[in-house]
Amino acid sequence: MLLLIPLFPLVGFLVNAFVGRRLPKTVSGWTACLAMFASLVAAAAAAWQIFSAPVEARLVEQTVYTWIASGDFEIPLTLRLDPLGTVMALVVTGIGFLIHVYSLAYMHEETEREYARYFSYMNLFAFFMLVLVLGANFLVMFVGWEGVGLCSYLLIGFWFKKQSANDAGKKAFVVNRVGDFAFIVGMMLLFREFGTLDFREVALHAATLSPEVSFGLISLTTLLFFIGATGKSAQIPLYVWLPDAMEGPTPVSALIHAATMVTAGVYMIGRNAELFSLAPDTLQIVAVVGVVTALFAGTIGLVQNDIKRVLAYSTVSQLGFMFLAMGVGAFSAGIFHLYTHAFFKALMFLGSGAVIHALHGEQDMRRMGGLRRALPITYWTFLAGALAIVGFPLLSGFFSKDEILFRTFYGGHELLWTIGALTSLLTAIYMFRLVYMTFHGEPRYEVAGAHGHDAHGHAHGAHLHDAPPSMAIPLVLLAVGSILAGYVGVPHALGGHNRIETFLEPSFHPAAHARVLTLGPGEGGEFTVAHGTETAADEAGHAAASHTAADAHAAEEAKTRLELTLMSVSVLIALAGIGIATFFFLRRPDRAAAMAASMPGLHRLLLNKYYVDEAYDAAIVRPVQRLSEDVLWKGVDVRVVDGAVNGAGSLVSGTASLLRLLQTGSVRAYAAWLFVGVLALVGYYLVW
Amino acid sequence: MTSLLSIVIFLPLAGAVLLLLIGNRDGARDGLIRQITLAVSLLTFAGTLALWAGFDPAGPAYQFVERHAWIPAFGIEYSLGIDGISLLLIVLTGFLTPVALLSSWGSVKKKVKEFSLFMLLLETAMIGVFAAVDLFLFYIFWDFMLIPMYFLIGVWGYDRRIYAAIKFLLFTMAGSVLMLIAIIGLAMVHYQATGSYSFDLERLLALSLAPSTQFWFFLAFALAFAIKVPVFPFHTWLPDAHVEAPTAGSVILAGVLLKMGTYGLVRFAFPLFPDAAVQMAPVLAVLAIVGIVYGALVAMVQPDMKKLVAYSSVSHLGFVVLGICAMNVQGLQGSVYQMLAHGVSTGGLFLLVGMLSDRRHTRLISEFGGLKNVMPQLVAAFFVTTLASIGLPGLNGFVGEWLTLLGAYRYDWRWGAAAATGVILSAVYMLWMFQRVNYGPVTNPRNETLPDLTTREWFAIGPIVAMAVLMGVLPNLFLAPMAPAVDRLVERMRPSIERRAEAMEGRALDVVAGPVR
Repeated sequence: MLLLIPLFPLVGFLVNAFVGRRLPKTVSGWTACLAMFASLVAAAAAAWQIFSAPVEARLVEQTVYTWIASGDFEIPLTLRLDPLGTVMALVVTGIGFLIHVYSLAYMHEETEREYARYFSYMNLFAFFMLVLVLGANFLVMFVGWEGVGLCSYLLIGFWFKKQSANDAGKKAFVVNRVGDFAFIVGMMLLFREFGTLDFREVALHAATLSPEVSFGLISLTTLLFFIGATGKSAQIPLYVWLPDAMEGPTPVSALIHAATMVTAGVYMIGRNAELFSLAPDTLQIVAVVGVVTALFAGTIGLVQNDIKRVLAYSTVSQLGFMFLAMGVGAFSAGIFHLYTHAFFKALMFLGSGAVIHALHGEQDMRRMGGLRRALPITYWTFLAGALAIVGFPLLSGFFSKDEILFRTFYGGHELLWTIGALTSLLTAIYMFRLVYMTFHGEPRYEVAGAHGHDAHGHAHGAHLHDAPPSMAIPLVLLAVGSILAGYVGVPHALGGHNRIETFLEPSFHPAAHARVLTLGPGEGGEFTVAHGTETAADEAGHAAASHTAADAHAAEEAKTRLELTLMSVSVLIALAGIGIATFFFLRRPDRAAAMAASMPGLHRLLLNKYYVDEAYDAAIVRPVQRLSEDVLWKGVDVRVVDGAVNGAGSLVSGTASLLRLLQTGSVRAYAAWLFVGVLALVGYYLVW
Repeated sequence: MTSLLSIVIFLPLAGAVLLLLIGNRDGARDGLIRQITLAVSLLTFAGTLALWAGFDPAGPAYQFVERHAWIPAFGIEYSLGIDGISLLLIVLTGFLTPVALLSSWGSVKKKVKEFSLFMLLLETAMIGVFAAVDLFLFYIFWDFMLIPMYFLIGVWGYDRRIYAAIKFLLFTMAGSVLMLIAIIGLAMVHYQATGSYSFDLERLLALSLAPSTQFWFFLAFALAFAIKVPVFPFHTWLPDAHVEAPTAGSVILAGVLLKMGTYGLVRFAFPLFPDAAVQMAPVLAVLAIVGIVYGALVAMVQPDMKKLVAYSSVSHLGFVVLGICAMNVQGLQGSVYQMLAHGVSTGGLFLLVGMLSDRRHTRLISEFGGLKNVMPQLVAAFFVTTLASIGLPGLNGFVGEWLTLLGAYRYDWRWGAAAATGVILSAVYMLWMFQRVNYGPVTNPRNETLPDLTTREWFAIGPIVAMAVLMGVLPNLFLAPMAPAVDRLVERMRPSIERRAEAMEGRALDVVAGPVR
C-alpha cells in the first residue's frame, strides 16, 4: 500500500494540528516521530518489494481516486514507486525520521503549543515531500511541490515574532512562485503537445521522438521545467531565498533546505530524464547553470561568518553539482550525489545546530572556536561530514562527486570539468575554514553567563554541553551514513559494480523497460504483474552493443585509466584545499585577515554576496511597487477612471433625489414601498 | 415536487414577509428577528441542497422547469429551469447567505429588522437570477438585486457609504439599461422572425441572427455583464462598494453578486450571439488578463485590508472571464469552478477582515501586527483562507485557476502564459498582507487583548474553511454536475469558432477535444 507512506505523516500532522497544543511535549513530539517511523517502515517494505522484484518488474502503482476530470483532461491521484522513487522515499523518510528525533531535544525550550506546531509542520512537510516523490504525474507532483514550499514558508518563519524570519519566509515563497509560474506554463505546454501529464506516458511518448536538433517545443518545455527547478532547488537566478531561509530552526534547514526539498528540482529532471534527453539545448543550459551556480556559491561561502550561511551556500553549490550531472546526462550520478549529500549535509546542519544549541543561539563563527574538546561527539561527527563533502577518499562524497566529475569530463565537457574541479577546491577550503573556526583554535565565545543571569564571565568550555542523546544518536547514525553511503556506488574503475547506477537506470529510460505493474484500488495490497513486451528501444540497445569485442575492451581500459587519473586529481584537489584551509585558518589566521585586507573590494563583494539581493530589489521589487502605487492605483484608478465617474456622479446627484432620500432616514418607508412593488408583481402573476 | 425551484426562490421572500409582521419597537425583538432570518436562510440552503439531490446530470438540459404565462401580450413568461451551472451557483448562494448573516450578528446593531429584510430579499433575487430562463424575468430579478444591496451599503456601511452606494448604483444601472434595451430588442427580432414576441431563452437561441445584429446585441449584453463582473476598466466601483459595505454585504457582493456578470456571459451573451462572441472574445480576454495583472498589482499597495481583498477580486475574476473566452471544456469548467471557489475564499476573507474590523474598528493593515500571538485560531482560519485565495493545490482556488489557464492556453497560448503571471503576484500581495497583520510582535497595545474566535464566528468561518478543503480535494463533486451544461455550450460555440478559424486561415486554434497530434 503505497498510500500508507504519505498517509502516516498526514495523520501525525492532523493530530498535532488539532490537539497538539493540549498534549505534553513528549506526546506531541513522539507522535510526530512515530508517524515518521511508520512511514519509514512502509517505505522500507515497499522498497523491499522493488528490490526483490526482477528488474523489469520494479514498478508499483496505486491509483487512489480521480482528482480532476474535465473533458479530455483527467488527472488521477496516482502514486507510483520505481527505483528512483525508492531512493528518494528512503532518503525522505529515513533522514526525515532522524531529524524528527533530533528535533525532540533541539526544540525542547518551546512551549507546548509551539512544540506541537513545529512537529505538525514537520509532518506536513514529510507528507507533501512524499506526494512529490511518489506522484505519478506532473500535477500530483505539483501538489507536493507547492506543499513543501508552503511548509518551507511556515518553518522558515516558525519564529514569527522575528521580522527577519517572516521576510525570509515570504521571500522563499515568492521566489519559488516565480519558478512555479514557469512550471505551470511548462505543464500546459506539455499537455497540449502530449495530451497527458503522466510521467510514464510522457516518457513512452517521448521515446518515440527523435532528439531536437534545434531549439524547439521540447526544449522550451524542458527549459520551463528547469526554471521551475531553479526556484525550488536554489540555482541561479532564483537561489537568493535559500541563504535567507536559514532563519528557520536548524533541523528545518537540515531536512528541508539541505537533504530533501531543495533536491526536488534535481529529482524532477531525473524523473523526466527521457524528455530532457530529447532537448540537448536545455541540458546544456542545465549543466552550465549548475556548474556556474556551484562556483558562484562556493566563492560566497569562502567569506561568510555565519555558520549556517556557509552551509547554505555550500548546499547551493552542491546542488549545482547535481544539476551539472543532470545536464551532462549523468542522471544516476546526479541522484547518487543527491543521496550522499542528504547524509553529510543533514549531518553538518544538525552538527551546527548542536553547536548553536550549546552556545545558546550563537551562529557567528567569529565567536566560536576551540569547541572540539567541549563537544566531542559533535566535533567528530561533523568532521566525518566535512571529509565526506570535500571528497576525502573512500567516504561517500568521494564516490558521488567523482562520478559526476568523471562523467562530465568523459562526456567531452572539459571546461565544465575545470570549473567543477575548481569548485571542489573551494569546497574543501570553506568547509575546513568552518571546521577550524568552529572547533579549533582559541575559544572566542562567551559562556551563558553573558546573558546576565549568573556571574560566570570566563570563556571556558566547562559549561558547554554536548548533544543530548536524542541529538547525538542521529548525529552518529548520519556520520556512519556519510562514511558508508557511497559504497552502493563504487565505480568499476575501483573494482566495484556501481550498483546504484544499475538500480536507477530503468527509471531514466522507462520506455526500454516497459512493464506494467499495477495495484488496483481496493485490492488491498495484492498487485498484479502484467508483463509488457520487449520494446524496440531495448533491441536497439543490444544492437548498439555489438561492436567488436576488442574495440570495446580497449575503450574500456582507456576509460578506466581516465577515471583513475581524474580521481587522483580530485583527491589532490581536496587535500590541497584542506591544506590551504589549515594554513590560513588554523596555523596563520593573521595571513587570512591580511589577505582579505589586501583585496578589500573583492572581499566586500563576496561578503555582500555580489549585491544580488540589492540588484533585484532595485531592478524589480521597487519599480513594480512604484508602478502599482503611483501609476496604476493613484493614477489610472483614482484619477482617470474615477475622475470620469465622479464627474458623471456629481452631475446626477445634483438632480437626483436618491441621496436625499437616504439622508432623511426614511429607509423603512422605502423598504415598504419596495414590498408593495414585489407583492404587486407576485400578485399579478398569481392572479393571472 | 414540481415547484421546488419556486419554493426555494420565494422562501426568503416569505421569511421577509414574516419579519414584517413582527413589531420591533426600539429593537426589542432583534434577537428573535435574527434567529428567524437565520432559520429561513438555513432552510433555503437545505432547499438548494434538495435541488442538488434531485438534479440528474445525465437528464435534460434544464431541470425543475416551471413555465406559466405571465404577460401573454408580450410573450413574457414566468419560466424557470436550472442546469448544472446555475444549480451550483444557487447552492453557493444558499451556502453563503447564512454565513453572511452570522457575520453581521454582532456588528449590525441598528435597524436589525430592515437589515434582515433586505438580506432575505436579496437572496430571493439572487436565486431568481440564476433560475430564470425567461429574459424578462431574468431582468426583473437582476434589477431587483440592486435595491437591497444599495441599501445594505448605504445604510449599514462605513463612513463613505453614501458615495459608494451611489457609485455602485450608477455603474450597475448604466449596465442594466443597456441590457434592458438589448433584451427588448431581441424580443422584437423574434417578433419579426416569427410573428410573436418571446423572451424565452430556448426560443431566442433558435433565432439565427445576422453577424452585424449579433455584434450590437453582444456588445450591449457584454458591457452590462462586464460592469457587473467587473472587468477592467469598469472595476472602480468595486473597491469603494466593498470597503464601505458592511461585512455581510461584502460577503454577498464578492461571493455571489460578482458572479452575476460572469454567469450572464455564460448563460446569455455567449450562446445567444456565438459569432459575435467569438469575434469579440480576444478583446474580452485581453481585458481579463489586464485585470488579472492590474488587480494584483494595485492590491499589493493597498493600505486597507478590505480594499486589498476587493482588488484581488478584480484579479481573480479576470481568470473567470478568461476561461469563458477560451470557450472550451477546461476553460468553461474552470471558469465556473473559479466562480464557486472565489465565492468561498473571498467571502471568507471578507468575513475575517470583518471580524478584525468589529474588534478594532479599523481595517488598516498598519494598525495590526502580531495577531498570531493573541488570536491563534482566527489567524489559523485566516491562513487557510489566504492559501485558498492564493490558489495552493489541494485547496479550492487551484482547480479553477489551473483549468481556466489550461483552457486559455489551448485556445491561444499567449493568453495562458500571460495570465499565469497572476500566480506569482497573488502570492506577493496576499502573503504580504497576511504577514503584516498576523506575524511579528504585537506592536499596537490595542491589539494585546483582542479575543479569539467566538463560537458564533466559528460557525461562520468553519464551513468556509471546510468547503475550501473539500473543493480542493474532491473537485469532481462539483465538476461532474456542470459537465453536461458546459459540453452543450462548447457544442453551441464550436461552429462559430470553426467558421472564425477558417476565416482567419493560418492561425491554428485548438478547439478539438483532444491533443493536437
